[in-house]
Amino acid sequence: MPKYVIVGASAAGIGAVEAIREVDPVGTVTVISDEQCPQYSRPMISDLVSGKANFDKMMCREGEFWQKNDVQALTGRTAVRINLAEKWVALDKGAHVTFEKLLIATGGKPFVPKIEGSEKEGVFTFTTVSDAESLAAKIESAKTAVVIGGGLIGVSVTEALVKRGLKVTMVELKDNILSLILDPTASEMVENVISDAGVTIATGQTVQRILDKPEDDNVVGGAVLTGGETVPCDLVIIAIGVIPRMELVSGTDVKTNRGIIVDKLMRTNVPDVYASGDVAEAYDFVLGENRLLPLWPLAQQEGKVAGYNMAGKKAEYPGGTAMSALKYFGIPIISIGIANPRENSAYEILVKHEPERDLYRKIVLKDNVIVGLTLVNDIERAGVLFHLMKNGVNVKRLKQELLSEDFCLATLPRSLRRKLYPGEYG
Amino acid sequence: MGCGLCEVYCTVQHSKSKDIIKAYNKENPRPLSRVKLEVHRPVSFAIQCRHCEDAPCVTACLSGAMQKDPETGRVTHDADKCIGCWTCIMVCPYGAIKRDPSGKVVSKCDLCAELEIPACVANCPNGALVYKEVKP
Repeated sequence: MPKYVIVGASAAGIGAVEAIREVDPVGTVTVISDEQCPQYSRPMISDLVSGKANFDKMMCREGEFWQKNDVQALTGRTAVRINLAEKWVALDKGAHVTFEKLLIATGGKPFVPKIEGSEKEGVFTFTTVSDAESLAAKIESAKTAVVIGGGLIGVSVTEALVKRGLKVTMVELKDNILSLILDPTASEMVENVISDAGVTIATGQTVQRILDKPEDDNVVGGAVLTGGETVPCDLVIIAIGVIPRMELVSGTDVKTNRGIIVDKLMRTNVPDVYASGDVAEAYDFVLGENRLLPLWPLAQQEGKVAGYNMAGKKAEYPGGTAMSALKYFGIPIISIGIANPRENSAYEILVKHEPERDLYRKIVLKDNVIVGLTLVNDIERAGVLFHLMKNGVNVKRLKQELLSEDFCLATLPRSLRRKLYPGEYG
Repeated sequence: MGCGLCEVYCTVQHSKSKDIIKAYNKENPRPLSRVKLEVHRPVSFAIQCRHCEDAPCVTACLSGAMQKDPETGRVTHDADKCIGCWTCIMVCPYGAIKRDPSGKVVSKCDLCAELEIPACVANCPNGALVYKEVKP
């Protein structure tokens, strides 16, 4: 009988396998994935489109990862139903897999709003490697594209299309792109480099209708924006975001909100059933509550925590928060926690902005504790600030230093270093 | 004492020529020192990758370029797999990972894989840098 069953083979599934094998080298592990291919890095699908990476480079673990970890990998198979009382997962084509411990790591699926014409050839979503392959196959014959969504996915696919020589229009409903992770100042810095690359950014609107080509009404020919403008295009990429894939637990006793609710051990409310990654609502230590945070590093960490606990080694998820490192269009940015605190609120904001050097540094404090930070271009010491943030350090006496480009470990008072970095630097 | 020789020897060790004059004057861009001398008087010390037991950069890495070698405990970085996403920089509590001058990948201490004793340690005139195995 397979001891551990994991549904999903992306970041959380991989993290869980590694953790389980660290603790339990012999218990049988079965991974079920509806994708045909072995493991790969989803954030890299834009590199497949741009031509920067082939599938081999996209594999985020060694080629024989499943075999080397003695995992039965059921790829190209869909888990269609679970029975929690009898502890089995039903697969397509009739098979059952029984489990002692189950991890649901089904991830997210693209959010696709109702848009007239979205069934036409030339409309794509952008979440999996197969999405990227389908898009890449169409690029040679395309000259122009409309990307719906100016978030992380939208910006990454836009960069890939630009690299392939396409003229792109990016449409964003909010007033600024990347509005969930950047404030208007940082967002504008990114908008500038994207515009310089020849991209048209249309903010404050979305696509209301997808038009066809005059010669073929099944093929995309343009997009009508809510502002009224018609943008001729060969491709439309819907890149609005992802929503949890919760079909497997719907109608079961597993408690859900917007995602599957888990505790700090990544357990659901049902014994022996765990959830991790984009499908789960895990703890955000900045907001002090559980929420959806569909981010690769957090998914991997959550998967690891689940794996340890499934295998009997107690591990607690310290909590994550919104955290993004951006490389797109050559402007390095790191943004963590709260980027846009409400005005007239309890937040204190420290800012240093040097437009002539393209430098921007913003730190958001609440009760003298860092709860948000944005660094543009000078990103090297972000991790030290993040460490102060995670440890809830009172930075009342360090405010000037935090904004300095010279800020580093040596800047911290010795007593603080001793506490946060026991050992060599204490 | 903050002499900065660790940076010099690190730069030379990671240069093509392994020659101090050529590394500093001829190689363009000059190879980046993976150790960073941090000075905040009266404090000064050298920061390099700590090869953490539970390394946040390995867990966070998007491409699998950062790996923990189970045999040696080293945190290794495969520049061919690195996509320069800067996620490791975001999570390194020491600030020990840098962008390479190419702007395409990161760079960090590899403990001078081909040497018995890392160059910064071997050339520290004051014995401030020590290379030893620590059991987790």
